[in-house]
Amino acid sequence: MNDDALVRVGRALRVALLIALALLFLIPFYLLVRNGLASEADITSPDWTFFPSTLHWSNVTELFDDSTVPFARSLLNSALIAVATTLGTLLLASLAGYGLARIPYRHAGKVFYAILGTLMVPAAVTFVPSFVLVSSLGWVSTLRGLIVPTLFSAFACFIFRQYFTGFPAELEDAARVDGLGYWRTYWRIVVPNSRPVFAAVGTIVFIGAWNSFLWPLVIGQDREAWTVQVALSSFTTSQVIRLHELFVAAAISIVPLLLVFLFFQRWIVAGVERSGIDD
Amino acid sequence: MLGEGGAGRRAFGTQNRTLWFWVFVGPFLLGLGVFTYVPLGWSVYLSFFDAHNTVTPSDFVGFGNYTEMLGNKAFTDSLWTFLLFSLFIVPTTFVLSLALALMVNRTRGAQAFFRSVFFLPAACSYVVAALIWKMSLFNGVRFGLANTVLGWFGADQTAWLSTTHPPWYWLVVVTVRLWLQAGFYMVLFLAGLQRISPRLYEAAAVDGARPGWQVLRHITLPQLRTTSVAVVLLLVINAFQAFDEFYNLLSDARGYPPYARPPLVYLYYTALGQGQNLGLGSAGAVILALIIAVVTVGQARWFSLGNKEG
Repeated sequence: MNDDALVRVGRALRVALLIALALLFLIPFYLLVRNGLASEADITSPDWTFFPSTLHWSNVTELFDDSTVPFARSLLNSALIAVATTLGTLLLASLAGYGLARIPYRHAGKVFYAILGTLMVPAAVTFVPSFVLVSSLGWVSTLRGLIVPTLFSAFACFIFRQYFTGFPAELEDAARVDGLGYWRTYWRIVVPNSRPVFAAVGTIVFIGAWNSFLWPLVIGQDREAWTVQVALSSFTTSQVIRLHELFVAAAISIVPLLLVFLFFQRWIVAGVERSGIDD
Repeated sequence: MLGEGGAGRRAFGTQNRTLWFWVFVGPFLLGLGVFTYVPLGWSVYLSFFDAHNTVTPSDFVGFGNYTEMLGNKAFTDSLWTFLLFSLFIVPTTFVLSLALALMVNRTRGAQAFFRSVFFLPAACSYVVAALIWKMSLFNGVRFGLANTVLGWFGADQTAWLSTTHPPWYWLVVVTVRLWLQAGFYMVLFLAGLQRISPRLYEAAAVDGARPGWQVLRHITLPQLRTTSVAVVLLLVINAFQAFDEFYNLLSDARGYPPYARPPLVYLYYTALGQGQNLGLGSAGAVILALIIAVVTVGQARWFSLGNKEG
């Protein structure tokens, strides 16, 4: 074979492999939807079929009518937590990142390293001490206990600081000439010109908050404080498993994130690319 | 600075940078102090006490909790579990996500499509993924997809999650994480690939390097160095945090099996399970934090040593 033919064969093989891998990656999504719309008998049937014999849209209503699992309540909790965490993190971390990057202060370097140092300690390792603190505040099984401790993300602060360090100084200088102080410069000039980084960090934080499991499991001890993930988990570990309800609940739980992905995919990609890899 | 001239009017002026610095950074730093530094300190303090069912320590036990934890086979086993897990998952995810990135990067037409498909699992939580794996893909009875497909070839049914010899449960645990993570790291590699100057490839072609392995080894991989270091670091830190998929795949109404407990799962049951032994759990958390710190610092050192040559 000559080189040209080799290249063409190589390309065909690559595309074939990509398609095969893509199908493999899509199988779990397919199973989620298939089982979510199948009857329990279809899910557990030993004669497995690609399509369920009939589609059971009633699984959805059955799920919300089931009084043993407070699914609607847990959806609401997750939505409240994800939105509050996202907004709170964006506000606190962006202010801190801006201060660190743009307000000259003798000890700014030390403060930055004090914040950066906490990135080294994985959040999951601190769940025992954090639980101790939150329970001594009396915040167990409250939304406060689920939201407030997660608002101070060193990761988000780090990204904002890196971004604002590279923010064009001319824009701020113009604001300074117009007599704006730091506060108004920040809100009127810097924030409106930094929408991409806010969108990127916001989507990453939102996804993290929606999907987080260990902390809500530890803090949400009462059913009233369950998040979607904890409710799903309690389904799988309970004695009586209603598989059709379980799968339709899981399918519903990923819808908000699929929407976020649809609308913000390029922000997520941009944010991921920017998250410290560029230095 | 703050009391300069007692001019209250000027206190909030642009000139007073120190004050403004703290207005911007203060709230964040305060929260970080309360919800990260205080728990850490408290945890260290509590680890020297006997604290059952309570957050107020009673009896000082010195290093008792530490020796008990390190002498406990279940805990040291959990550390080995983690070690095995990361020794496997870190290189595997690395190779898979790099391979995906290389293939997707060279695809012209449907690049966005393939990128989305591989990235999409990142929208799933470990809870949802574990559910699909446990209840549908790798279910022990015949309605599981893996057993159905293997059954077409005449293979026996396997109880994937409860077979420890050979350790089939590893296959389940590892594939969940690969599926969820690979696309995320692929995006990091794609970003790195797109920053490589086309001139380097042109120069390599002029020098007679054959496209394929030679170019990959001498141009692409060295150029991806920074990205690779970051990916490995993130993979190791994430492996240390393994909890969600282990907990959701293996625990059920009857409890958690004695095998496949990574450190966090073990700590969870120690500190918040039936005994609620917070002193002991704190000692375990401190040990784990120290190990992670040593690994992370060691890794950073090692990589920056290598950097000087490149």
